[in-house]
Amino acid sequence: MGNYVLRRLMIAIPSLLGISLVLFCVLALAPGDPFEELATNPNVPPEVRAALRAKFGIDDPVFVRYFRWLAAMAQGDWGFSFVSRMDVDQLILQRLPATLFVVGLSQLLAIAIAIPVGVFAATRPYSLFDQIASTLAFVGFSLPTFFTGLLLILLFSITLDWLPFVYRSDIAATGWRWWWEQFRQSIMPISVLGFFQAASMTRYVRSAVLDVIRLDYVTTARAKGLGEKVVITKHVVRNALIPVVTLVALQMPAIFGGAIVTEQIFRIPGIGALLISSILANDTPVIMAVTFVFACLVVFFNLVADVLYGWLDPRITYR
Amino acid sequence: MEEKDIRGLISQVKDGSMDRRAFVRTMVGLGLTAPMATMMLLHSGVAMSQVKSTYSATKRGGGGPLKVLWWQGATLLNPHFAVGTKDQDGSRVFYEPLAGWDNEGNLIPILASEIPSRENGGLAADGMSVVWKIKPNVRWHDGKPLTADDLVFNWEYARDPATASVTVGSYKDVEVEKIDNLSVRVKFKKPTPFWADAFVGVRGMLIPKHLFGEYMGAKSRDAPNNLKPVGTGPYKFVDFKPGDLVKGEINMDYHMPNRPFFDTIEIKGGGDAVSAARAVIQTAEYDFGWNIQVEEEVLARLERGGKGKAVVTPGGNIEFILLNNTDPWTEVDGERSSMKTKHPLLSDPAVRKAMALLVDKKSIEQHIYGRAGIATGNFLNSPPRFNSKNTVWEFDIEKAKKLLDDAGWKPGADGVREKGGKKLKMVYQTSINSPRQKTQAIVKQACQRAGIDLELKSITASVFFSSDVANPDTYTKFYCDIEMYTTTMTEPDPGLFMNQYCSWEVATKENKWQGRNICRWVNKEYDDLYRASEGELDPVKRASMFIRMNDLPCGDPTIIPVMFRPRVSVNVDNLVPFLSGWDIDMGSIQEWYRKA
Repeated sequence: MGNYVLRRLMIAIPSLLGISLVLFCVLALAPGDPFEELATNPNVPPEVRAALRAKFGIDDPVFVRYFRWLAAMAQGDWGFSFVSRMDVDQLILQRLPATLFVVGLSQLLAIAIAIPVGVFAATRPYSLFDQIASTLAFVGFSLPTFFTGLLLILLFSITLDWLPFVYRSDIAATGWRWWWEQFRQSIMPISVLGFFQAASMTRYVRSAVLDVIRLDYVTTARAKGLGEKVVITKHVVRNALIPVVTLVALQMPAIFGGAIVTEQIFRIPGIGALLISSILANDTPVIMAVTFVFACLVVFFNLVADVLYGWLDPRITYR
Repeated sequence: MEEKDIRGLISQVKDGSMDRRAFVRTMVGLGLTAPMATMMLLHSGVAMSQVKSTYSATKRGGGGPLKVLWWQGATLLNPHFAVGTKDQDGSRVFYEPLAGWDNEGNLIPILASEIPSRENGGLAADGMSVVWKIKPNVRWHDGKPLTADDLVFNWEYARDPATASVTVGSYKDVEVEKIDNLSVRVKFKKPTPFWADAFVGVRGMLIPKHLFGEYMGAKSRDAPNNLKPVGTGPYKFVDFKPGDLVKGEINMDYHMPNRPFFDTIEIKGGGDAVSAARAVIQTAEYDFGWNIQVEEEVLARLERGGKGKAVVTPGGNIEFILLNNTDPWTEVDGERSSMKTKHPLLSDPAVRKAMALLVDKKSIEQHIYGRAGIATGNFLNSPPRFNSKNTVWEFDIEKAKKLLDDAGWKPGADGVREKGGKKLKMVYQTSINSPRQKTQAIVKQACQRAGIDLELKSITASVFFSSDVANPDTYTKFYCDIEMYTTTMTEPDPGLFMNQYCSWEVATKENKWQGRNICRWVNKEYDDLYRASEGELDPVKRASMFIRMNDLPCGDPTIIPVMFRPRVSVNVDNLVPFLSGWDIDMGSIQEWYRKA
């Protein structure tokens, strides 16, 4: 097992290198200039811009810049933001908690909805409950998050005036008031992301359970006289979860992507919002770092999925 | 308006038959800046008026939190590195200049004990120096006193090219010397008519020597205080997350009595302008929203029954159309729009004049910009923009047709005019921005009726405004017949602004298209006037030169001013901000308060 994880991590290195090279080249080809605001400001002589470009090494050829970046990265130096003039890792660390909080909770919410609903619907296929659940699921994943987000803002913030729609990273309160404020401001973004995920996940759980529930060993388990509860939780769900785990794990990066939009709408200071503002400002080191973090997440969650298989199904061995 | 007319107006202000405010507005109407108008009055012995702040709080603090939304949050807090207004605003909460500008162009003393003038001996008669005195007993947030050494240090810090400060332009050509602990002399290399630049306004914010002294030049980026400002401002630093949040708390030792009003200040960044307007006007979650470039229709809808309102602050931004003088479709020595060519169609004055007649500014103002745009025409012939609602500009398709007819441009079979085998077909480019595309459509429609075929082209803003030498679509390359964008006159003095029509500023391959004369217009009279204005000490003479300089490219026309664009912000009903079009929004943050 330990060997397997280690080997997988070693394989991840070349793929990450490849990803970083592609990212770097794409960014180098993209138009724009981090100091363009200086260019339109008559009070800044062109020499200052030239000096800044030279200082940050923007004028060097692409491959020189790439290897410089790679060498620095290997030593744990994530680079230096042109725009904020501070270290990129600091910037990302500042932003990460908000993203993890929102994405994590929305994912938990999605799982908490999808598994019970999916399993229950599958055990009673084509019942009224199943019909309603399916309809809602279809509605759920047809509505993009930027739409439901705005809808919730219009309803709960503007019409009803119940919830704030500007997310604040520092709430000026302590104790239970802090928790209450935090709850009020996070409930909309978390539900927007959570329901969107739950919708497609419910469909997956339902079909996976339906596949398993007809198998002979389930009939055997029932024939042994096991209670329905035990049959479903111990025998059906555990086996049905394998494809679901793959889906959840592989969707994690997509959720971070979906969170970019949600973060922008609710002004959550997460890494998605950082990515957008860096792209708009052509802040290459930050764009590079954030997209690289996303790439690492993809590789990491792939590995997590593979390891989870073994736990769910002991027949799978790692070689 | 000639020099003697301006002198006439000034004497009217002097003897009281004309309001000084009316004079300033008239000058702004002529295309000058309010600070420049005030300088003229000052020079002629009319003192600056006292700043009209309605500030009424009788004690410091107690105003609760002030929460403001900047939909582009501050990304750094060192005023010498502050690129955009968002960074300048963030820095201004903690750092202060010697003086700022109010809406009528008066200098407001902030750290200065008084504004230099001839009378108080601050201004040298030869225009070679100015003496600034700072208030005694001003302390940095860490308790150290502010002295003249700090001023000298800021000059050294900013002018060092290795520091790569964006304020370098204000400091590189001056010398600053300490007179005593509380005063410095700023010396100029040549007689300088506009002396209120270094230490004033957005580029005048002062950082403490004792914290930044070791981080000059190339080490500037390592200063720990780049992210933890220690200034003299009304609020002390609490927290900063780039792009997201700037937080401050009241400075109980602030040097102005009874100020500031609020106990804490929070600048939240991120999101977009429309939702920022919502969070202020509709839900009042925030007190103030910056730079609300929202279409009039949307803004008016939000305001209906809302808890706040939009505030329009006139400044010096002008949306204008440029007509290319060179041929963008022929390549000479590796560049198009080369100075060695002439534009095949636009070199005919009749075509240029017809174009100016075909811009329906009234429709553009009414249907697109609303309160965020004031139609502006030929600067010189127009009555002052603010005094009169019926500003005269011409939109006359028939007249344009006649002009083209007389010049020999005859309509062809497809309705497009032609002359000598050349068809009146042109490409009109601008950046992607909804009001701009709508403006393009309005101009195209009118041109179509007059027999000019315009092809519209829109370019992503990040490309259009970049200085990417390899990209053909940047605004400075101008590989196109006609283009449109906003030129910002944030400078209180139009000196630098007006160099954009000087022949030596033409953007060419040679200067990597960094020249500022984009329409590649060359005019000897203009060049001579500009040279003369550089050394002209008499502000009135200088003003009349600028007015003439304004008139030349507009009358030619090689540019067609479209909209004068004031800044739009939103605030909740009980907040009283102090805004000036000649300074940043936070420029007088110490004067902000809440009505009871």
